[in-house]
Amino acid sequence: MIYRAEVFVTLKPVVNDPAGLTIRGGLHALGFESVKDVRAGKYLSILLDEADEDQARSRVEEMARQLLANEVIEDFRIELQPEPALAESRGGGPS
Amino acid sequence: MKTGIVVFPGTWSDRDCAHALLEVLGEPVRFVDYREQDLGDLNLVILPGGFSYGDYLRCGAIARFTPVMNAVADFANRGGLVLGICNGFQILQEARLLPGALLRNASCEFRCEWVQLRVEQSDCAFTVDCRPGQVLRIPISHGEGNFFADPHTLESLEANGQIVFRYCTADGRITPEANPNGSLRNIAGVANARGNVLGLMPHPERACEPLLGGDDGLAIFRSAIHALNRVAV
Repeated sequence: MIYRAEVFVTLKPVVNDPAGLTIRGGLHALGFESVKDVRAGKYLSILLDEADEDQARSRVEEMARQLLANEVIEDFRIELQPEPALAESRGGGPS
Repeated sequence: MKTGIVVFPGTWSDRDCAHALLEVLGEPVRFVDYREQDLGDLNLVILPGGFSYGDYLRCGAIARFTPVMNAVADFANRGGLVLGICNGFQILQEARLLPGALLRNASCEFRCEWVQLRVEQSDCAFTVDCRPGQVLRIPISHGEGNFFADPHTLESLEANGQIVFRYCTADGRITPEANPNGSLRNIAGVANARGNVLGLMPHPERACEPLLGGDDGLAIFRSAIHALNRVAV
């Protein structure tokens, strides 16, 4: 089965985020004075072919721990959904 | 001393390092390709500055998984001298050979300028020729040099004497104005607990001749040479 994993990588709350502060300043300059805080992060969309959802989730967690996030400064969150249409167009997933 | 200078795709300061060691100090060097797995008889390994793998994902995040980094980790764990400059420092942190991380500069600007560094301790192999409190004038050139570590790690770095350089004023004072990137506690360079692996954001190889505006960077390379000679004797 093909799964789409969406990985959200964010700076830990205790880590300063100069990019977020700069974006907040830009929003204030545009008149969005209600903005109190902005945190910038990374978004990754990953297609992978795995036997089942548990397997897919555990593989993406390994990817995040090893490479996608630096756990010294970042947290990550994974959202996973099957992509059956993609599996069919590629001639089906693994048996 | 035999020095290896590691070249990743996107490294840009490899030739400057080679020039400083070979042309200025007369020390043999060889370039080490990132696909190599054996460092041979090298005594010193330098990870130079640049933008390995385009800084994609995070600075140094991709480079740390190249074949040569396994060899660099083995070399470091055996006590070999490893110097990470700028992007090399970022790679060593990603590889967990050095503590902490380097965030985007607090100003969000790429800073390219001369700074002053105060030598915090001279037990590290790369500062044995310096005296504590000595001020070195060396340029920086980076967008992500804002040193971060959690409070527990910071305290252990202080307690173990692993903070080797801090940004300072010309007369050696540690002030917010002297800090070019927002680094916690003005930290510019840290060593591992054993003192054989050093990472720093400033570029000593670009401060090795009066023609370049100063030669304070030589103190770091000369220290490594003397540290190695001392072990050999």
